[in-house]
Parts: sequence; C-alpha cells; structure tokens
Amino acid sequence: MKKIHIVLLVLIAGTIAVLLTFLKTASTYDTVDTAMAKPGKFVHLMARLDKTQPIEYDALKNPNYLSFTAVDTTGRAVKVVYHSAKPDNLEISERLVLKGKYQDGFFDCKDIQTKCPSKYKEDMKATDKTLQNNAAPLPAATNSEAIKY
Amino acid sequence: MDYIGEHLLPGQLGHFFIVLSLVASLVASFSYFRSAQSKIDTDAAYWKKLARVSFIIESFSVLAIFSILFYIIYNHLFEYHYAWKHSSRSLEFKYMLACFWEGQEGSFLLWSFWHCVLGLILIRTSRKWEAPVMTVISFAQFCLATMIAGIYIFNWKMGSNPFVLLRDAGVLDSAPALHLDMDVNQALRPDYMASIKDGNDLNPLLQNYWMVIHPPVLFMGFASTIVPFAFVIAGLWKKQFGEWTKPALPWALFSAAILGVGIMMGAMWAYESLTFGGYWAWDPVENASLVPWLILIAAIHTLLIYKHSGHSLRVTHLFFILSFGFVLYSTFLTRSGILGESSVHAFTDLGMNWQLLAFLLVFVVPALTWFIKSYKEIPTIKKEESGASREFWMFIGSLVFFLSAIVIIGKTSLPVFNKLFGTKIAPPEDAEFAYNSIQVYVAVIIALLTAVTQYLKYKDTPAKYFWKKIALPTVLAVIAATLVLVFGDINYNKKGPGFLGAIWLAVACSIYTIIANIAYIWLGMKGKLKLSGGSISHFGFGMVLLGILLSSSKKEVLSNNINGIPAPLGANEDPRENLTLVKGLTSDMGKYTLTYEGDSAHPKKALWFYKIRFKSKDGKEEFVLQPNAFVNYKGNEGLMANPSSRHYWDHDVFTYITSLPNPEKQEDTASFHTTALRPGDSLFYSNGFMVLGDVKAKDSLPVELFGSNGSLHEASLKIFSKTGSIYSVTSKLAVAKGEMLSLPDTIIAESLVLQLQKVNPDKSIELGVKESNAVMKYVTLKAYKFPFIRLLWFGVLITATGIIISMVRRIRAAV
Repeated sequence: MKKIHIVLLVLIAGTIAVLLTFLKTASTYDTVDTAMAKPGKFVHLMARLDKTQPIEYDALKNPNYLSFTAVDTTGRAVKVVYHSAKPDNLEISERLVLKGKYQDGFFDCKDIQTKCPSKYKEDMKATDKTLQNNAAPLPAATNSEAIKY
Repeated sequence: MDYIGEHLLPGQLGHFFIVLSLVASLVASFSYFRSAQSKIDTDAAYWKKLARVSFIIESFSVLAIFSILFYIIYNHLFEYHYAWKHSSRSLEFKYMLACFWEGQEGSFLLWSFWHCVLGLILIRTSRKWEAPVMTVISFAQFCLATMIAGIYIFNWKMGSNPFVLLRDAGVLDSAPALHLDMDVNQALRPDYMASIKDGNDLNPLLQNYWMVIHPPVLFMGFASTIVPFAFVIAGLWKKQFGEWTKPALPWALFSAAILGVGIMMGAMWAYESLTFGGYWAWDPVENASLVPWLILIAAIHTLLIYKHSGHSLRVTHLFFILSFGFVLYSTFLTRSGILGESSVHAFTDLGMNWQLLAFLLVFVVPALTWFIKSYKEIPTIKKEESGASREFWMFIGSLVFFLSAIVIIGKTSLPVFNKLFGTKIAPPEDAEFAYNSIQVYVAVIIALLTAVTQYLKYKDTPAKYFWKKIALPTVLAVIAATLVLVFGDINYNKKGPGFLGAIWLAVACSIYTIIANIAYIWLGMKGKLKLSGGSISHFGFGMVLLGILLSSSKKEVLSNNINGIPAPLGANEDPRENLTLVKGLTSDMGKYTLTYEGDSAHPKKALWFYKIRFKSKDGKEEFVLQPNAFVNYKGNEGLMANPSSRHYWDHDVFTYITSLPNPEKQEDTASFHTTALRPGDSLFYSNGFMVLGDVKAKDSLPVELFGSNGSLHEASLKIFSKTGSIYSVTSKLAVAKGEMLSLPDTIIAESLVLQLQKVNPDKSIELGVKESNAVMKYVTLKAYKFPFIRLLWFGVLITATGIIISMVRRIRAAV
C-alpha cells in the first residue's frame, strides 16, 4: 500500500467520524410537550406567539429581558424567557423557531428566529389589505388624481 | 378587455426574446454537438458555423431580455409583477440593478449573461476545444433559459417568467376593491392601474452598495466554474486526457479569483448591513458558495501536480466535475426553499424544485458516469511519490481542502437529509462552533502545508537544500508567532482550553505561512514577481487566515450590560449584550461613554439615522457613529437595522440598533396621581423614592406678568433612584392674572413627570406624579470591537491579485 493511500484512508475515516459526531451533537425540532419532556436539553421549539398573553419587554428597565408565551400547533403553551433585545417583528411573526432549553418551569431561549408573512412571499391577505386601503377611496377613475399617498 | 395605462409592448418583446434564447441555445447545443462528433472536417466546420451563429443570437437575446427588464424597472412599469414586487418609485438609481437580481429570475439572467460573455471569449480562444466545450456551455444556457421561460407544458409550469403581468400573477385576485362591483369573481376593473401607484420596493437590507456589485461578481464566479468542467468533459469526449489541462488552467485560476472575491464581497455586505454581528455566520447560503470554491482550489492544486509530475490526473477530473456540481447543488439548496428553517437569507420558493433538481442531475450524473467509465483509461503513474516531493504534500493539502468542503456541505445539507429520511434533526446548540471546531484544525494543516510545501521540489528534494532554504523563514516565523502569542492577548476562553490551544496553533501556523511565502519570493523566485503568483496568493491567504482567527477570537462585546443580572456574574453567565441609551443622557459602556444625541431622517424614506457619540474615558478618542434603521418600512412592521462602524488600522468599533420605542404604541396613556405631601415627607415611585424639601413662596413678582393677586410657589424635590442616581427638581406653581399655571417637570432617565398642583398656606402641597415611557426617546444597541478585520480584507485582495498574476502567466504559456 502506498503512503498516499494510508493518508487517504486516515483522512476519509476522519471525515466520516467528524460527520457522525456532528449528527450526535445535533439537536431536534420539538413541540412544547416533547421539549418539556426533556428539561435541560437544547432543542429547536417550533411554535408561534400567543397573542392573547402579554409580552413583557421594557428596553428602559432592562433591554436584555424579554418574556412571552409561545403556543405550538397542538395548543400547548409555555412561557419563554429570552435574554436579549426583543426581535422587532415578534408581534407580526406567524411562526417562531425558538432555540433553547426548557428548565425551571419556562423555556430559556438562546436565539429566536421569526418567520414573518413577508411581502416577498406575497402574502395575499397583506397585499389585499394594502390594495384595499389604496383602492377604497377610489370612486371612479376620473377623480383618481385627487388621491394622495 | 383593454386596461387603461398598461404598457404591453416591452413584455411582448421580452417574451419573444425568451423564446428566441430558448430555441437558439438548443440549436447551438445541438450544432456544437454535431460539430464535435463529426469526423469530416467540412461537416464539422459547417455545424460549427451554425452553432456560432446560434450562440451569438442567443447572447443577443439574453442581452435584450436584460435590457427590457431593466427598462421596465427603470420606468416603474408596475403593471409588470417583477417591477411591482422588487422596486418602487423612491428607489435610487444605483439600487435598480440590485433589485434586478433580488428575484430568482433576475439572478438566473445574470448567470446566463456571464455564460454568454465567457462563451463568446471561448469561441475566439479555444480553437480545437471549441465544439465540445461550447456544447456543454450552450446546453447550460438552454437549462438556464428554461428557468425563466414560464411556459406551461401539460399543466406543469416550466420556469418563472420575469415579464408576467401583475394582473396575471394572482396578486390581485383576492383584492375586491380592484374588481368590478367589488367582487373578486368579476373581472378586474379596466382602470385598476390607477390604484397601483407604487411597487413593493427592494428589501431594505439589500439597499446597500455591496448589493449592487457583489451579486454580479459572485455570479461571474459561479458561471465561470463551468469552463474547467466543460474542458474535463471535452477531454473525456475526445479521449485526450490531460491535454485539456493546459487551456483549462487559466480559466480555473480566473474562476478561483472571481468566486473568492465574490464570496468575500458578500461577507463585506453582511458585515456592513446585516446585524448578526460579523461577516460570516456559516449560514447555508454562505457555505453553499464557499464549498465550490474550496473544491476548485483543490482541483487547481492537483492540476499543477499533474502538470509537473504526471500524478493526480484522475482526481483532477473528479474535483473539477464536483466543483461545478456543487455550484448546481448550491443553486438547488438556496433556491428550492428547502433551507427555509435553517437559513436567514435563502431565496423564496418559486415552486421550481423539480426543475432545479433536474438541472443538477442532468450535468452531474452523466459527467460522473463518464468519468467512472473512463477511469481506467485516464493515464496515471504507477511509481509512488517521494515523501520529500512537493506533489506529495500538495496532494495532501488538496485532499484536506476537499474533505473540509465535504464536511461543510454535509452539515449544511441537514435539511435535505431530513427531507429524504423524514427525520427531524436540527442544528446543534452552537451551530457556528460545530463548524469552527473542525475548520480550525483544517486551518492549521493547510497553513502549515502552505508555508512549507513550496520549499520542496517536484519529484524529490535534497534534504540539505530544503533545510538551508527554510531555516531562515522558520526562525523568523517562530519569533513573530511567539511575540504575537505572548503580547497578542488571545484568550478566547468560551470553549475551553482545547479550542484556545487550537486557535493559538492556527495563529502560529498562519504567521508561518505569511513569512515563509514572502520569503520564498526572494529565496525561491529571486524576487521575480511575475512568476510568484502562487507565493503572493499564499501570502494573502495567510493574512486571510490570521485576520479570521484574530478578529473572531478577539472580538469583544463593548455593550456589556450587567443590569438585571445578579452580580457577581456566574461562570457560564453571559453578560447581556444590549444597552439602552436615553436621548441626551450619557451612559457608561466599558472604556467609552455613549450619548444618543439625536436622529435624522432620510429625505424620502422611512430610514432613520441615530447619532451616537462615543467618547473614550481616557479622553483620547471621540467620534460619532450613525447606525440606521428602516422603521415600519412599506408594510414591514418593525425595524430593519444597518450597523455603522468606526475603522482604525487595527480594529473596528461596530454598533447597531436592536430595539426602538414604537412611536405608534407610545401614546401617553398614564395620568397624574395626586398625593398630599409635607416638607420632609417621602413618596415612592416604581423605581425609587422622592423627598420633598423646602416649599417657598416668591415675593416681589412683576405686576405686569402676574397681575395684582399673583403668586409663585416653588417646591424643591430630591429624587433617589434605585440605580443610585439622585436628581434635584424645583417644581413651580404660579397664579398669574387669576390663572393657575404649572408646568410639569420631566426626569427623563426615570420616566417621571412631576407637577406641583396645589400649595397650602401650611406649606403642605399636592403633587401630581406620572410615570410614562412616552416622555423619552431612546435606542437600544449592541456594540462590538472587531480587531484586525482589515487584515482579512487586504488578505483577500492580495490572494486574488496573486491568482490573477498566475493566470496571466499561464495564459502566456498556453498561447
């Protein structure tokens, strides 16, 4: 066997080992129930903001404390604490990916990814709303000049 | 039905040219194929002529499509969906190109455009390789043309057409106001255009000058990876294995330089306009462009090995195939929407997944099959390389580069893995560290090999020669590395001593690379810069590595905020990174004091600039940073912040806004609570307490102001905040000409408003107290210090320059 083949084998074995270790350290996508079932374990919690519950954030008192309630598709809710600034589109987000762990009765969140009904995805409702707002005061084409934006 | 105010001609022309380009590229592919297959010279020449004409027509069509689409955007023809979706009337001219490639269609066009340019150059220069090479490129052009065709074939939509009208795009279907009788089932109103006054505009985060030039450069890089790939195919086709390497090498070098610069321009954009606090986040979109580059570099090195020693030709084939293959795979990853969960900035899904997958497979599967079938025929050298030869270590370096690319793309492909196997595996807790912890060792190996390998000769190196040459740079590097490690204060301890040790090792090795390669220009090349392209680019690459290591490991959070955390900080407790600044009030931040001095608005857009004055406590520095943010921009509720940074030769101070009071939600709803107080009494509020001091009545008041029965009372108050601050306020109550006047006093930092409402003869008073957030303007920000970031940017420039020098030399050699 040539030297180069030995090196090749060692490096490829190393690569496979690295990828397998990566799979081991990987976390999982969870619901509130499954996240609660493994307290202290880092998970990706898929949920959305519970808009009926208050959002606690006061940048003047403490810019690094955000607390809100997240609810998943099964309807289970959990209190979330995030020690950083409030993502500005939190309220309008339609889905949240919360990265953190459940412990001591709340979900301690390290990172929040907000998924918004972005206009770039051409949300029909949002589009219609803006168009309706634009179009509503338009009685006929003749006096459309009068409309200011 | 005729609609009022529509301009239909540009769209019709656009459709025509799309169809023309589709047909012309197909004809070009077929004709080049016939030309390459033909054994008869006159026949081959005939087909080649036809192919050339078709390719030129195709190039013209692409240019025409490009110009028409730009015309539509430039003239704000919002009846076209693309213009409506990506631009607006307030968009500056310089960003019109940026919005052109915000959408998938525009970026496919850009890619196609570069293929045209490269193809026209190849027609002029590639001589006997023209027919087979251009067959591949013309076919790629055909594939790209299908991406923007937007043609329905048996209910299956092929591609997404940039000339679709707004009214055909489905966007208006659910807007009753635009339909006759306010009913969506009725036809559209003929005058609907009258209410489409403006477009959606370019995503504010893309309104940055880097977004004007980064995509064209990056796509030129992507597009150019097809050229070496096409030469590989041509070699396999014509069974002229190895011969193709000569004309392919300059193209591979060109591609490496352009793609590398394109990627790093993206990093610059991220650094200057995104707010994840850095230039690289191992985001799938970034990885997807890095991986082809890594493989391309590996391929260039194995090609050089072949050129000088005859080894490694087989693997060179594989690497060039894979480097283009991974460009296609990246295209699939970033455009199919499969990254949805894991990437912040992938394209949105246009429902073209199968088409994208087909684009990938139609090139990679035949190429790999052909390669495997011809594997035995590709010449190789049976004799083993010497352990003291340059090619042996160059090969190991290439292999490490390649495997590091495989590791990166493997981790990035997690969503694909989940899709294929129905698993629900998410990235690990610290996704960035998962990459860094491996790539730091790759950096060590690569840096070491880059430093040493040039001092070895091809075939075999006499030990004496090697040690004599390398002794000086090694000694210098050891001294330099020791100095940097001793005085550099590199103590990144978040991930334990093992990782810190690896960083130290990598820093030392990259210093070795820098010094050894500079030295080699004189020791090995006798100062001939024209021949030293390799050493120059390796020197630059050493700077890149060092810049990455230093800027990341010595990155400091300046806006550390221990407010709200019980002191002392626990070992694993991160200090919180956001700091709130109240307008006009100076706050303390590490070695700086910060003042939020005010804000100014962009004349046309909802873009605000926040003026933050930084003053160092030793009085040596003072500067103003103006991070900005789009606030509630065009239906995007919330803020989109852009950072601002102050550049020094050895570090950057970098800050951006993380939170702002929402002006709409800031209505002052609180009301005054009235309390009776006597001098000496104290009163609590949410954040502390206040004590009433003296209450005085002023005499000898000017009659012309106060009238005959006027009075003026002053009550002095001391406010003790929980934070330890003490404020003094003198509240006044005047009775002038029968009217009672009392101006509220505001203590901004405490969100407190006080109003003296009544003063009794016994000096007891009634004090109104209001606590409200609406009284204050504030910003919440993060600030970082990035040391030695310039080393990285300069390193990139030098690396690219070195590669271009090599390219020029190889072009001269190939002619």
